[in-house]
Amino acid sequence: MKYETVIGLEIHAQLLTESKIFCGCSTKFGAAPNTNICPVCTGQPGVLPVLNKKVIEFAIKTGLALKGSVAKRSIFARKNYFYPDLPKNYQISMYELPLIVGGHMDITVDGKPKHVGITRIHLEEDAGKLVHQGAAGLKGSTGSRVDFNRTGVPLMEIVTEPDIRSPEEAKVFMQELRNLLVYLGVCDGNMEEGSLRCDANVSIRKIGQRELGTKTEVKNMNSFKSVQKALESEIKRQTEMLESGERIVQETRLFDDTTGTTTPMRSKEEAHDYRYFPEPDLVPIEPDKKWVDEIAKTITELPSAKKEKYIKEFGLPEMNASILTSNKNMSDFFDEALKIDPTLALGSSNMLIGEVSAYCNDNKKDISETSLRPDHLIEILKGIDAGVISRTSAKKVIIKVMDTGENVKDIISESGATQISDEKELLNIISDVISNNTKSVADYMSGKENALFFLMGQVMKATKGRANPEVLKKLLIKQIKK
Amino acid sequence: MELFELTAHELHAKLDKRETSAEEIVKSVLGRISRVENKVSAFMTVNIDEAITKAKEIDEYIASGKKITPLTGIPIAVKDNMCTKGILTTASSKILRNYIPPYNATVVEKILQAGAIPIGKTNLDEFAMGSSTENSAYKVTKNPWNLGTVPGGSSGGSAACIAADEAILAFGSDTGGSIRQPASFCGVVGLKPTYGRVSRYGLIAFASSLDQIGPLTKDVTDAAIFLNVMAGHDPKDSTSVDLPVPDYRKSLIDDVKNLKIGVIKELLGEGIGSGVKKSILEAAELLKKLGAKMEEVSMPTLKYGVATYYLLATAEASSNLERYDGVKYGHRSSEADDLLAMYYNTRREGFGPEVKRRIMLGTYALSAGYYDAYYLKAQKVRTLIKNDFEKAFSKFDCLISPTAPSPAFKIGEKTDDPLSMYLSDIATIPVNLAGIPAISIPCGFVNDLPVGLQIIGKAFSEEMLFRVAYAYEQNTEWHKRKPKL
Amino acid sequence: MKVNAKDVEHVAKLARLGLMEDEKKRFTQQLSRILDYAETINKLDTKNVSPTSHAIPMKNIFREDKVVPCENLKDIVANAPKEDNNMFSVPRIME
Repeated sequence: MKYETVIGLEIHAQLLTESKIFCGCSTKFGAAPNTNICPVCTGQPGVLPVLNKKVIEFAIKTGLALKGSVAKRSIFARKNYFYPDLPKNYQISMYELPLIVGGHMDITVDGKPKHVGITRIHLEEDAGKLVHQGAAGLKGSTGSRVDFNRTGVPLMEIVTEPDIRSPEEAKVFMQELRNLLVYLGVCDGNMEEGSLRCDANVSIRKIGQRELGTKTEVKNMNSFKSVQKALESEIKRQTEMLESGERIVQETRLFDDTTGTTTPMRSKEEAHDYRYFPEPDLVPIEPDKKWVDEIAKTITELPSAKKEKYIKEFGLPEMNASILTSNKNMSDFFDEALKIDPTLALGSSNMLIGEVSAYCNDNKKDISETSLRPDHLIEILKGIDAGVISRTSAKKVIIKVMDTGENVKDIISESGATQISDEKELLNIISDVISNNTKSVADYMSGKENALFFLMGQVMKATKGRANPEVLKKLLIKQIKK
Repeated sequence: MELFELTAHELHAKLDKRETSAEEIVKSVLGRISRVENKVSAFMTVNIDEAITKAKEIDEYIASGKKITPLTGIPIAVKDNMCTKGILTTASSKILRNYIPPYNATVVEKILQAGAIPIGKTNLDEFAMGSSTENSAYKVTKNPWNLGTVPGGSSGGSAACIAADEAILAFGSDTGGSIRQPASFCGVVGLKPTYGRVSRYGLIAFASSLDQIGPLTKDVTDAAIFLNVMAGHDPKDSTSVDLPVPDYRKSLIDDVKNLKIGVIKELLGEGIGSGVKKSILEAAELLKKLGAKMEEVSMPTLKYGVATYYLLATAEASSNLERYDGVKYGHRSSEADDLLAMYYNTRREGFGPEVKRRIMLGTYALSAGYYDAYYLKAQKVRTLIKNDFEKAFSKFDCLISPTAPSPAFKIGEKTDDPLSMYLSDIATIPVNLAGIPAISIPCGFVNDLPVGLQIIGKAFSEEMLFRVAYAYEQNTEWHKRKPKL
Repeated sequence: MKVNAKDVEHVAKLARLGLMEDEKKRFTQQLSRILDYAETINKLDTKNVSPTSHAIPMKNIFREDKVVPCENLKDIVANAPKEDNNMFSVPRIME
């Protein structure tokens, strides 16, 4: 490969506060247009912003989790530009003095570790929503309508260093970051709904070259898959251009999911002059050590640390640990199960990543939306171990529990799926089967292993599949040898 | 004397003794307005019906035996750049020609709670940008002392209506002298409080780090009473300070013995009219006679105030005025086929020349390549001016100067040269840059036009200002004179 | 002159301010004069001076994360120069 890819990401996460960043309006998604508004977030003459404390706490929490430094002093700044979804025609953001500086996240891509640096994290207010008329999108529209419900929703912007070297790394980074933000409880990480957004700066350079190539900005990537696809497409485009001697133009390009390619956003307009200056209506933020320490205490175990613990302390295979920690509700569930019986760690994890995950995917539910509780899971696993039910029956039982939340014992007895492990009970049937299948017995005695399975099958038929296979096998062999 | 000629504290005494009623007071003031307003043109809107209705409510309240406050039943004029819910608020601009605010400014809520009666909205220089009220898009307010002269600006309407007895108290706002200079031109009392002393929530912003709301009144006592009500922390304004509000009336003692008062040298030199100089020096003599220790003080950075201000204030203003775009409220041009046309034409039609000039200046000062040389440099000079004042206050209890270099000038005299208009704010601007308080009180006449004495104090020293102002006032008669209308 | 016609056009564009030809000429003159005057502050040495953004130093002013409903939403939308289905209508946005 002649060229090296250099990618930096700019992520915007909507914070899970009750109210907006500068006013008391609700941040709840899906309200009727212009019903979550007030004089402040609609930019009426004479209004002033007041900062939501929780927004700072969430950002500091994120910064600490990403091992960044909390700035001793940070200030909001006005970013001035005219657009109808921006009521004041300036966005209150941060510029020279962001809240968090530095940090990093270590991810694993294809089994290999990758270190991605964080440049900065800052806060800003979201804009409103524009609905265009007369066309599918902006192009060719005859007019637009503005809904200000979203203006003022708090956004946390995370900027990475240009450390990412492939589209796949970018995708994995986004997934891990999303997972972290959900774990921290600061964002619900929904790319499709727009509560987590990603823009990328992409450039390529000859391997060994120190200077960066001309970068383009790629926007409108609305899922993890899109992130990878968009970047692959852009890198291909840039590579082809350089190979044919063309120069890369610095521009913003929008990804189109249907075509799988990017197109330039606008005819070349002069670059925005945002005329940043410190926001005079707000005062500096100077978090003291006491407050930062209090926030640090609210950070419960992070997914990466949990994964390590599952592997080292509970002996889970990497794949199990990985899948469990990729969903906070699932790992929380697993933690509860471990509390009840840590010796069943492997069994619990297998059932969770197996049957439970399959059920959740099929029914488009999260584990927290099913009726399954950790004690159900442990009871089922114990039942398998004790031979009360077979593994196969257990699958049916757990689905019933997830559907109805019924008592495990009741489900088992209702279905008549109770496994027979009682030797006395089995001996009767075994004796019958042996006496009725003398040829097979003789075959087995002369070394034909398959005969044993045939005999086992006969017992199974007689018990309607309820015989405990291990106990059955043991007893059968013993009886035959007699 | 007629009710409309009295001060708030005099009317309160009468109300308390049940010698008059709120309805009588309001009708007296409304009667006065109907007789002289066609000469003065102080008001954008007069709320006749609402005021009488409110007065009747207040009278019922008083009759029920409930306790009244010093502001109960007092007609108050509100500068038209302060939001009054349900009442047209234009900032004297065409771009807000039909704007009905959905909320009240915090200070308006406060006076309503105190039982005061908003009597109308007063004229101002458009978006508070100006020193003569000639920049109003609607009308020219005349100085009641001489109808051919300006009342000063930008709170010219408020100052004129106090001078003309068209209201008992009036709200003004001050960014570079907009309360004090009109107070000086109209022979009334005007105070700019310390930055953050009074909430800015609901004040249509001009320059956010400089704007303050303050009282325009007939005497110092009324200013103290009015400030008592309007001052205080507001959780809706992040820049409002959380400090207790003292009872400013307690400062109204007639005693300045042994106070150290600095007379600012640079503001009695070149550029200051001889008549004004004379009045100020006489005032200094009087204060000395009353026992204060007067001494000249030099403040060398003050002369950079105007230049600094016109970079900082315009920069903030250019941003604050971006919201006027025809999308959400106010004027929208009929030439609006597409978004850009709507923006350009709405703002072209809606803003007057002075506002456009300042938006251009401010945008330029913030633009790429110029930020460091203009905006940032001005912020640094601001620090130097602030330091100059701090140094002076380590030695003096307060400072005095003329409020303006001259008395009221003729209507139309300075409209051709913006820069000469700006330079008339040389004494008031540095006070806003430093965020400190200052009061202007009448101290004489030149050619039958009032002259104002400015008293400047360090941050949150309004009590000192009231003390010195009251002592001076009680030993003079300027505040008792009224214009012939 | 400190400022030329092109500068004025550029700044007017940034500020979305439509200017007539005579305004452009006048502003070019006036802005130049004002900026010439404003530059007098360059005489001052501010090498070791920090800028003042807030005259009265304050920090850490917050509000609690609580929803405070707005009582009169309708009044806000009622002020719209053009309204459509409770949304603010704007003319077409050209690329």
